[in-house]
Amino acid sequence: MTPLLDEIVRPGEPWTGVILAGQRLRIVDVEGLQAVDTLCYDAHDPVNRYSAANTIRAQRQLFLTTGSTLVSTDGDALATIVDDTCGRHDTVGGACSAESNTCRFGHDKRYMHNCRDNFLIGLARLGMGKRDLAPNINFFMNVPVTADGRLDIVDGISQPGAYVEMQADRDTLFVISNCPQLNNPCNGWNPTPIQLVVWDG
Amino acid sequence: MYDEVVPPGAYWTRKLDRWQRLRITDLDGTQSCSLLIYNADQPSERYNAPDTVKVQNQIFLTAGRVLLSDLGRVLCSIVDDTGGHHDTLAGFSDAASVHDAFGDGSYLERRNDSYRNARDNFVMALGRHGLDRRDLVMSFNPFARVTVAPEGGLEWTAGIGAPGAAIELRAEMRVLVAVSATHHVLDPAATYAPGRLRVEVLDAVAPAADDACRTFGDEALRAFANTDDYWEQVS
Repeated sequence: MTPLLDEIVRPGEPWTGVILAGQRLRIVDVEGLQAVDTLCYDAHDPVNRYSAANTIRAQRQLFLTTGSTLVSTDGDALATIVDDTCGRHDTVGGACSAESNTCRFGHDKRYMHNCRDNFLIGLARLGMGKRDLAPNINFFMNVPVTADGRLDIVDGISQPGAYVEMQADRDTLFVISNCPQLNNPCNGWNPTPIQLVVWDG
Repeated sequence: MYDEVVPPGAYWTRKLDRWQRLRITDLDGTQSCSLLIYNADQPSERYNAPDTVKVQNQIFLTAGRVLLSDLGRVLCSIVDDTGGHHDTLAGFSDAASVHDAFGDGSYLERRNDSYRNARDNFVMALGRHGLDRRDLVMSFNPFARVTVAPEGGLEWTAGIGAPGAAIELRAEMRVLVAVSATHHVLDPAATYAPGRLRVEVLDAVAPAADDACRTFGDEALRAFANTDDYWEQVS
């Protein structure tokens, strides 16, 4: 089937687009080990947005993979993961920002590229802003949590060409930041391009 | 200086000045408490669960730890904690989850004992401040423990509810707090029976030089540097 869209998103850049109900969006980690920070919104009511808490509670499971449904703040299904060659994706690490970078890595990191800024640029295209930010998905990012609560962003597990594919359950706006973080291993210390492919259902 | 008992199922909201302390006591040991925190002067700055757990590399917070905003600043420090268990992952209940757990608890049948949920409570509490459902974010849930299994399974820890357990938060800027005295969303209780919360606002006391939260580690030092720099701009 000919894709409706087949696009490369360079590292450090945002992407926004609406996937209509029934359409599928595949995110390909072209070179491997690349975190893809992703927000989702009901395209017709963007206040009804991806809820990390509702999503992990619905599946009683912290990580996302095939079968995971992305659940909104109003409890609606936004999209469901229908294929995944990576195996698990993060729901708790959130996005890097200028400010969290100062806390985590030092004040000299304030001016580095970060996902929060990409989200703001992407949301601004749509007339949306900071109040619309929510805890995001990090596709291909590896964030284990231990029994005593220790959480770390560790070396990724996604191989070159790994992909995750979602089918929209309703018309869903995706706001994506191809993560530019250079201060931890979430991008294998070398942010790389991703490929986005959209098909009709 | 302020002492109130929030009845089961109710919501409560108040602004705190810098360094005032909010002490919340789980009077009945039901762990029915969800909390949202905002910068009172600029509410687009709000509690950020991912940054809080990521910056501190820890999902279980206790005395010495902090609740961070999305702007790398400390909204509140945890200065006392008798129970030691607080959930940062599971979020809060809504009408559907309460109905699924406990059935129909309508006002028609139960009058003021009708079943309440945290989402509606937060909408009502935040509405007082001109905020709405767009401003809802993941909550901090004192007194509950949700663990993560090695492969990612979420598990509710039973049997740790303790009548009289208390957590004390020190505001590090002017903050707006909203509290919902409703069941934790993963509480497997068979019947609807949230408990009472005592909320005390205690006088502002400047932290000591060796304050445990302010000196916890390099990340805390930098977060407090951000916070104090902000306070210099607005105070």
